[in-house]
Amino acid sequence: MAAKPRVKVPKTASAGDIIKIKTLISHPMESGQRKDGDGNVIPRKIINKFVCDFNGSTVFSADIDPAVASNPYFEFRARVTESGTFKFVWTDDDGTVIETEKNIEVS
Amino acid sequence: MNLERRKMLGSTLGVAVAGLLGGTSIAHAAPEDVAARIKELAGEAEVKSGAITLNSPEIAENGNSVPISVSVESPMTDDDYVESVVILAEGNPLPSVATFNFSPASGEAVASTRMRLAKTQNVVAIAKMSNGAVFSDTREVKVTIGGCGG
Repeated sequence: MAAKPRVKVPKTASAGDIIKIKTLISHPMESGQRKDGDGNVIPRKIINKFVCDFNGSTVFSADIDPAVASNPYFEFRARVTESGTFKFVWTDDDGTVIETEKNIEVS
Repeated sequence: MNLERRKMLGSTLGVAVAGLLGGTSIAHAAPEDVAARIKELAGEAEVKSGAITLNSPEIAENGNSVPISVSVESPMTDDDYVESVVILAEGNPLPSVATFNFSPASGEAVASTRMRLAKTQNVVAIAKMSNGAVFSDTREVKVTIGGCGG
């Protein structure tokens, strides 16, 4: 499963700014509600957790249920006071963890 | 007479369509399930309206991906911020959609995502503040094509 995350964070900001962050990850988000051609339920397999940390402390996180659409998209805000690194972590039902990082220059 | 006949035709057609749709229905969460979840989340606190705004399209053509966004009025300081926002859907097989957990570092309690809706239904957002207050907002979303792949 090659889930490729895409994240949009401004490269620069002024101290105290509230910035907008957009994230998207490719994932089928199999709900566990659908049936295959033979009437068997297709087992659930979703991203169940998304976490965004900045310099080691959590800014935003989401607990995700099967009602979130495939290729889960999240947009949220963060107040930045110093330069640093945003770390984004998605956790799959099967335990797979997908991570990516983005730096921001705060002046 | 002619008019009468047309009416008859129309109503039988209606019944046939309703039967067709009814045949594919699966178990759905009831509004009572959602009410129970809200009670569980709120605990002793009274659920008030205001402070939270839930935005979604009035009509969603495709229930597979319905954009929704929530925003909660809050100063988002260390001792007064929005802890979490829970999104619930009354007509989905499972009422829970997602829980957004905020922190003072969020700056603003604003978040959006895309959700699945099985049919036309109410979507409810419940915000829990750090001081224990609970706010909710409800929006009805009309769904043309349901998003549960039944």
